[in-house]
Amino acid sequence: MAADGILTLTDSTFDEQINASDVPVVVDFWADWCGPCKMIAPIVGELAVEQAGKLQFAKIDVDANPDASLRYGVMSIPTLLVFKDGQVAKRLVGAKGKGQLLEELGDFI
Amino acid sequence: MTSTGDVRNLVIIGSGPAGLTAAIYTARANLAPLVIEGEPSSTSDQPGGQLMLTTDVENYPGFPEGVMGPELMENFRNQAARFGAEFLTERVSRVDLSQRPFSIWVGDPAAPEPTFRAQSIIVSTGAQSLLLGVEREQELIGHGVSTCATCDGFFFRGQHIAVVGGGDSAVEEATFLTKFAETVTLVHRRDQLRASKIMQDRARANPKIRFQWNSTVESLIGDEKLAGVKLRDTGTDEVSTLDVTGLFVAIGHQPNTGLFKGQLELEGNGYLITHDGTRSSVQGVFACGDVQDQTYRQAITAAGSGCMAAIDAERWLEATDHGTTDLPDW
Repeated sequence: MAADGILTLTDSTFDEQINASDVPVVVDFWADWCGPCKMIAPIVGELAVEQAGKLQFAKIDVDANPDASLRYGVMSIPTLLVFKDGQVAKRLVGAKGKGQLLEELGDFI
Repeated sequence: MTSTGDVRNLVIIGSGPAGLTAAIYTARANLAPLVIEGEPSSTSDQPGGQLMLTTDVENYPGFPEGVMGPELMENFRNQAARFGAEFLTERVSRVDLSQRPFSIWVGDPAAPEPTFRAQSIIVSTGAQSLLLGVEREQELIGHGVSTCATCDGFFFRGQHIAVVGGGDSAVEEATFLTKFAETVTLVHRRDQLRASKIMQDRARANPKIRFQWNSTVESLIGDEKLAGVKLRDTGTDEVSTLDVTGLFVAIGHQPNTGLFKGQLELEGNGYLITHDGTRSSVQGVFACGDVQDQTYRQAITAAGSGCMAAIDAERWLEATDHGTTDLPDW
């Protein structure tokens, strides 16, 4: 795990890392060329710190890891998928402000 | 005056080329501007504005090789920050312009006390892209319908997709998307494009781009994700099906003036009315950029008008003893 508490997932480690978590995992599908992805990155970073213990945050670079986006039907980034017990429990498409993200994640906190 | 004493000289609402240029100039004039820059979104209504969703900007002077839109806006922002502009990454939810100092709310618009008070305001809230307004369009965003070609083009590798629109944005998006897609059909309601000549020439020379003239999108096909669109011929009214898995919408923009309705004079189509440079209908409120420009709408003209608004605001603050008196000839 990185120092900021955010897991970096890859196609080959995806399942293993999602299943290893006791709390819901919020996976941020992003890429370097996506402006809105860059804009929510600091917000995701803050949430990872503030919600530590309740939510696990993770990110996956769709450019280097095409399988995961294909598997979960991600066709737009940023997309945040919330995994609970290994299943997708919520899908958030598009960049959003912190207040709105917190509201959307409220069911899991 | 309010009892808080915490009244700012100037608040800038919006952070595209206009707002950030105004921030650079007013920060250098020691006005300590606060820029309320908006919140992240996947539309052009976001910090940095419309350029955040573009790739190469080839017509901004000073960059002979072109510059990436998001990089250009990051440079603008860093330049403003260097001179002491403050930034807040939130959205303004309400303003009260009926008296000075003006009141500005972020977060709960019903809160009894405003979040900020300011003697002057520069409005640079820009414009946001229009959606088609057809059924299930919102539901299918992220499932084939996209508002951001640079974000989502990647997911349509080898597929057949469509772009709706005929202006510079539409043609630029179509050209960009040919990097990924097998074919890009440009659907336009007229029989010729509005885009600049150089963009048109580039699109026509691109073997992956097809043109569907005189056509509007009637409806979207597909349950879980987009499988096609139904088009209506604007001449014959005939309906046909275009098999595409992706649809990118670039049919134009509307000004972000919802906050100011009933408080500032607007054109019938929502654009803010300015006079004598960048003055709005309310003394102490200035406007710049696409929110008040339905003619040019370029990054460079937005930046230019941001500079004008900064100078206008600075002179007004000086002439009115920091907003405590009125100019007789506003």
